[in-house]
Amino acid sequence: MKFGIITFPGSNCDVDAMHAVADALGQIAVSLWHRDRDTQNCDVLILPGGFSYGDALRAGAIARFSPIMQEVVAHAERGAPVIGICNGFQILCESHLLPGALMRNEGLKFICDWVHLRVEGTAPMYLNAYQPHQVLRIPIAHGEGRYAADDATLDGLEQNGQVVFRYCNADGTVTPSANPNGAMRNIAGVTNAAGNVLGMMPHPERAVEQLLGSTDGLPLFQALLSRVGA
Amino acid sequence: MSTTPSNVQPRPGDPAITPALVAEHGLTPFEYDKLLGLLGREPTFTELGIVSALWSEHCSYKHSRPVLKTLPTQAPYVLQGPGENAGVISVGDGLAVAFKIESHNHPSAVEPYQGAATGVGGILRDVFTMGARPIAMLNSLRFGSLDTPRVRWLMSGVVKGIGDYGNCIGVPTVAGDVMFDPAYEGNPLVNAMCVGLMREDELITAKAQGIGNPILAVGARTGRDGIHGASFASEDLSAENEAKRPRVQVGDPFTEKLLLEASLELIRSGHIVAIQDMGAAGLTSSSAEMAERGDVGVVIDVTKVPVREEGMTPYEILLSESQERMLVVARRGHEEQAKAILQKWELQAEVIGEVIAEPVYRVVEGDRVVAEFPGSRLVTECPQYHPEARESELIAGLRARDPHAVAERAEEVDPAWTLAQLLSSPTIASKRWIYRQYDSQVRTSTVVGPGAGDAAVVRLRGTNKALALKTDCNSRYVYLDPRMGGRIAVAEAARNVACAGGRPMAITNCLNFGNPKKPEVFYQFREAVYGMGDACRALGTPVTGGNVSLYNENPNGAVFPTPTIGMVGLISDVAHITRNSFRQAGDRIVLLGESTNELGASEYLARVHSLTIGAVPVVDLDHEKRLVDALLAAIASGVVHSAHDVSEGGFAVAIAECCLGDGEQMLGAHVDVSDPLIPADRALLWGESQGRILVSTSDADAVMAFAAAVGVPAQVIGQVTTEPRLVITTHGRTLDTPLAPMADAFFNAIPALMQRAATATA
Repeated sequence: MKFGIITFPGSNCDVDAMHAVADALGQIAVSLWHRDRDTQNCDVLILPGGFSYGDALRAGAIARFSPIMQEVVAHAERGAPVIGICNGFQILCESHLLPGALMRNEGLKFICDWVHLRVEGTAPMYLNAYQPHQVLRIPIAHGEGRYAADDATLDGLEQNGQVVFRYCNADGTVTPSANPNGAMRNIAGVTNAAGNVLGMMPHPERAVEQLLGSTDGLPLFQALLSRVGA
Repeated sequence: MSTTPSNVQPRPGDPAITPALVAEHGLTPFEYDKLLGLLGREPTFTELGIVSALWSEHCSYKHSRPVLKTLPTQAPYVLQGPGENAGVISVGDGLAVAFKIESHNHPSAVEPYQGAATGVGGILRDVFTMGARPIAMLNSLRFGSLDTPRVRWLMSGVVKGIGDYGNCIGVPTVAGDVMFDPAYEGNPLVNAMCVGLMREDELITAKAQGIGNPILAVGARTGRDGIHGASFASEDLSAENEAKRPRVQVGDPFTEKLLLEASLELIRSGHIVAIQDMGAAGLTSSSAEMAERGDVGVVIDVTKVPVREEGMTPYEILLSESQERMLVVARRGHEEQAKAILQKWELQAEVIGEVIAEPVYRVVEGDRVVAEFPGSRLVTECPQYHPEARESELIAGLRARDPHAVAERAEEVDPAWTLAQLLSSPTIASKRWIYRQYDSQVRTSTVVGPGAGDAAVVRLRGTNKALALKTDCNSRYVYLDPRMGGRIAVAEAARNVACAGGRPMAITNCLNFGNPKKPEVFYQFREAVYGMGDACRALGTPVTGGNVSLYNENPNGAVFPTPTIGMVGLISDVAHITRNSFRQAGDRIVLLGESTNELGASEYLARVHSLTIGAVPVVDLDHEKRLVDALLAAIASGVVHSAHDVSEGGFAVAIAECCLGDGEQMLGAHVDVSDPLIPADRALLWGESQGRILVSTSDADAVMAFAAAVGVPAQVIGQVTTEPRLVITTHGRTLDTPLAPMADAFFNAIPALMQRAATATA
């Protein structure tokens, strides 16, 4: 399977995503430049973390106007997988491929740490290789990761099973103290209504090797292999 | 005397060169005479500005160079020693590591956020201009007491500045060291270290070469910010200096990220021959140093330099320290290809000059020559000083005091009280409040991040190897005994690197001292450097470069002398990576090295008794070398589960740290050191005798055998337990405490202090 990882000026987790796909997953990873208008027939597109355009204006606000974003939208509309991680999630929200917005962390500080996530929702494309309500240990690293939307939107997301990851304690309970950034309803990741566009603040590409402390991010990518490859 | 054919003319509107103007530029009458001799005429205003920058302490090392020359710089694996943007060592497999540490103390004292951020930016450029991709950042920080609102403001700003810059550019901040003492109240220290990785054949230097090759200014436009930053960093801080805030530059990590990618692509492309950061003293220093290294002349036309403000004079353009700018020497005829790479990264590049055969450094403004110096002599003939050195009687007196004569406080009857005091001392306490604001994991190679090991571990992707990285300096030791303190700084860094499983390879140093014209300060500088040299020779870790920061003082006095060591160690097999906290209940605890009766210069005396007194613990460098060898042999055999250096706070604190770890998994310990041969219990628990490492192991006999094989004393002292309790029995009294209050003291001390208000005013 072929993964395209998009580099915007200021992306800095692009190389990590390449390694996760190529080394840990054993699939083809190609680098796409933000000015490209061709996604090289990639099956999966990843918008990686970083600080595209230095977070000028708002995180992700300028990257959404990059030429390749038209291709990303078309890819998403075809029902093909698009993953936005951290800054990539911010760009997907700015592009209205995902609902909601990401605000400054509640404590106003950048946070790099390990967090626990509870798997929820119904997005089989991404979640098939996890157990229902499995607890994952995955890193976060962001200053603007507080997910926010109005109540009607949040209710809709929950009813449709679009909330796929929630911050929780090690035992899986969702509590305010397990919420690192003040995200509404402890939301760490959501999908679009069709379940093919995923945005998440935690970094699954940083959790694909035991040497680095966790492999809990790997099943997210592995689930794609069985779906899209079919 | 040679006379320059002088077509140099003062510009209309330039101020007249008067003794007052010369003094304002920091040149002494002696130095000005030397300049007159070099030129054979009176300098122009532009030339005075150039020389003021190049002969500043920051650029010229005029007080420090003779002493620095005594440091060892050679090893078979050293590819680039001092004198370049960064040192470079080979780590095998065709790979090389570039690394350097640098200070940004003065800017951070007046504008902590931008000061620290631009410090990070500068050291990154030093590393990627060698052709290396930055893979890790470290920082060494010193502050006054966190009880002071202004210090809290300084620390908040510095940490945010480091984080915002490093996080944005995508280089993980993996380790460092932080110490607090009132000696740093007015002068915080901000030292940033960068480590980069490249293939050996990608090494490039900042040597101007090739007559006729064009010189390009790349990156951000030049503005009026930071003019005379290098000179500012060469003065004491005073209230007046607060008004020099405009001399602090403003950082833009996004542009830096583009510069980083573009520079590495340029270097790999073969279209350029040299590249250098426009750092301290900006265009002046970068162009003059490149010419000097290449032994060629250069001509620069300031009208070609992209500027961001109207009406900038040659003086301002030459001395601006606007950030995120590089100077590049391209191959003649390859300018357009070089520019195309830069344009891909949305960066500006303009040809601003040329390498010439004539041995002159010439600056023109269109048709007018505004500065011209005879060749490289501008850099090489900088005045050098051999200042008077004399030990301060006050400090000698403090050292002579007997720490054992200090009466115990009543609370000390319970050693658990003392332990909690030490664990909550900000110097010892968990630095999680700080490092949680740094992305320590980007690049997905950080195996051991901040808080989890004695040194950070970054694996080298594509090999089975990793680097162990650490900064260190107990400046209280250096203050009380600079020779011993200098030795200990290196020895402790080596111990830390070895505890992570790394063989100490080489160091970079950042020498933070007061005003070298004061004999007491210069004595500290000279002795500390001699001490570092002693240890580097004994441990086989050459110095590959570094930075000197003098004049770290204010009207209340100088900082503790702080020769920060940044050490790089090589872990030959990722299986040898070792953390510093206990891993497994039932493991035996082995102490490598011996506890002595030393209590002087300890964190215990500073924290519990507010005293900085006594003899500094003696470091036996031969023992340190054998200690490292024994530990690495034991680690390689696979029997070591954790290893932790005994340092600030002494033995009891070290054991507690092994129990607490980074807070994710805590294990207890039962330790018995009641052997009557062991010294008085206060020195045993809190003394900081050197050359000790705590190892936890499933095979104590094997560890003991590795120690015995190289003549390192060792003793099995206890066992790791599941019960969350720490018990240390001595022949005097027993320390017995649940871990929970100790964890509270250790993890919550800094957050609790930082919750209080922070203000810029004192």
